[in-house]
Amino acid sequence: MSKPKSRLDISSLLLPALGGLLLLLLWAITSGTVSKNLPSPAKTWEVSRPFVVAPFEKRGELDQGVARFAWYSLILVAKGYAIALLLGAPLGFILGWSKLFAKSFDPIIQVLRPVSPLAWLPLGLVLFEKSHPAALFTIAICAMWPTVLNTALGVRSIPQDYLNVAKVLQLSPTKTFFKVLLPAALPYMFTGFRLSLGIAWLVIVAVEMLTGTPGIGGFLWQEYNSLIYEHIILCILTIGIVGFVLDRLMSAVELRLKAV
Amino acid sequence: MAAFLELRGVGKGFGKGAARMEVLANIDLQVARGELVAIVGYSGAGKTTLVSLMAGLTAPDHGSIRLAGEPVTGPGADRGVVFQNYSLLPWLTAYENVHLAVDQRFGDWSKEKKREHAEKHLALVNLAPARDKRPSELSGGMRQRVALARALATDPEVLLMDEPLSALDALTRATLQDEIARIWETSKKTVVLITNDVDEALLLADRIIPLSVGPAATLGPPVAVPIPRPRDRKTMNHDARFKAVRNQVIEYLLGPGRRRGGAEPTAAPVALATASAPADGPAQAPAQASTSADTVVAA
Repeated sequence: MSKPKSRLDISSLLLPALGGLLLLLLWAITSGTVSKNLPSPAKTWEVSRPFVVAPFEKRGELDQGVARFAWYSLILVAKGYAIALLLGAPLGFILGWSKLFAKSFDPIIQVLRPVSPLAWLPLGLVLFEKSHPAALFTIAICAMWPTVLNTALGVRSIPQDYLNVAKVLQLSPTKTFFKVLLPAALPYMFTGFRLSLGIAWLVIVAVEMLTGTPGIGGFLWQEYNSLIYEHIILCILTIGIVGFVLDRLMSAVELRLKAV
Repeated sequence: MAAFLELRGVGKGFGKGAARMEVLANIDLQVARGELVAIVGYSGAGKTTLVSLMAGLTAPDHGSIRLAGEPVTGPGADRGVVFQNYSLLPWLTAYENVHLAVDQRFGDWSKEKKREHAEKHLALVNLAPARDKRPSELSGGMRQRVALARALATDPEVLLMDEPLSALDALTRATLQDEIARIWETSKKTVVLITNDVDEALLLADRIIPLSVGPAATLGPPVAVPIPRPRDRKTMNHDARFKAVRNQVIEYLLGPGRRRGGAEPTAAPVALATASAPADGPAQAPAQASTSADTVVAA
């Protein structure tokens, strides 16, 4: 990347700040006029302050810092996401490699893919009878599709040249897989991993709301029921920021992979 | 002349039914051990298909391919291939690309010996300083050197080169031609060089065999290059011997070789066997046949 872009750098900081201020203004006006139930920005900050200033504080089961709640959610997401990758990547590989397999299962995948997490969760509860595994099941099954489809695309996009090299050098199947197929498909796979993580983070809130699991989504629902609307906004912002950070981290890794 | 690599009545086509196109037909070729044979032909005539057949990447529809008397049924360590577009693995460094081949070929060697062997071949193509660079950091000529080192490092008996220099600029091309000549002089490997450049063939080959235009391209009469080595490219334009060979090759390519199927009735036996399986899909569909003669005559 080239460095001399100081003008651009100013506007790239200034403009988002301006956008944020505008939204804040709109929020303040709306809360003061049209929708009296919507807490004002100032009120939101005031009520949320203890949760933000001491983000890891644990004062009670239902009264914890906002980062602590987010951390619970992240752990649950990490587990569900891990399952999604462990299932999704091999499935994608087979789907990309075998035309027969692709023809047999592609329609089913296309049908299952758009199903909402809200629909999977009850099935998970029926299958596992407990909320924790049901939550993992829901996250995994919702989040894995981008990984499956992008891995399959990655495998299908491996240039014939590389396969020829593997054949001419008579690489063993293991070596062909680790030295040729996997590295060739990895950039595509990582796009899938990034999208999957985004979905896993989307799903977590719905799952926590429905199962009452402690976490940022569970906190949001509980505060709604306790009529502390300021905290709903606090949760929304937290969820957004965490999701943004996760996406940026994955993008950074993805870019490094694609640079090769 | 005892044939080391031998193709008899080899034919290959792609597609099915009405869409089927015969790419190569009645290919007969004998290459002696230690010989450097150049096959010169039009773009899209099926040169790459011919390499794929000899490499064992695709099976012929007709005819047989034998190496040292044994039928070729798939890729083997006895044949090294240098691909037209280098085909280096971009996530590996120059050294790692060569080492991967060495590691597979000589799995029982010690780590140290494998490393030395890989480094020796990088040095052979003058790439020791670029050892730890990835292909994306190398120029086209350097990439092709890595590919050459990779092929040589497996110590094949036959080196198949598919237009190895056609993507390079004229100067790099000339340098690499000299290096190929030098390496061949020392290693004395059997080489089949596919090219669209008659002068490249004149500089390097013992024999030049023209390939007629496709579809159903076939080989024309071989032309020996009775010029002692090292050959000097500077004298090529006025040396009578060079001129004579060049004219023979070009006369075929612009004459009989320009007609479909080569036209010239050769004494070759017609396709003997129709045993092998049909084409396994359009994976290697031939490039659109182009009949532009300028690629051949340019020099």
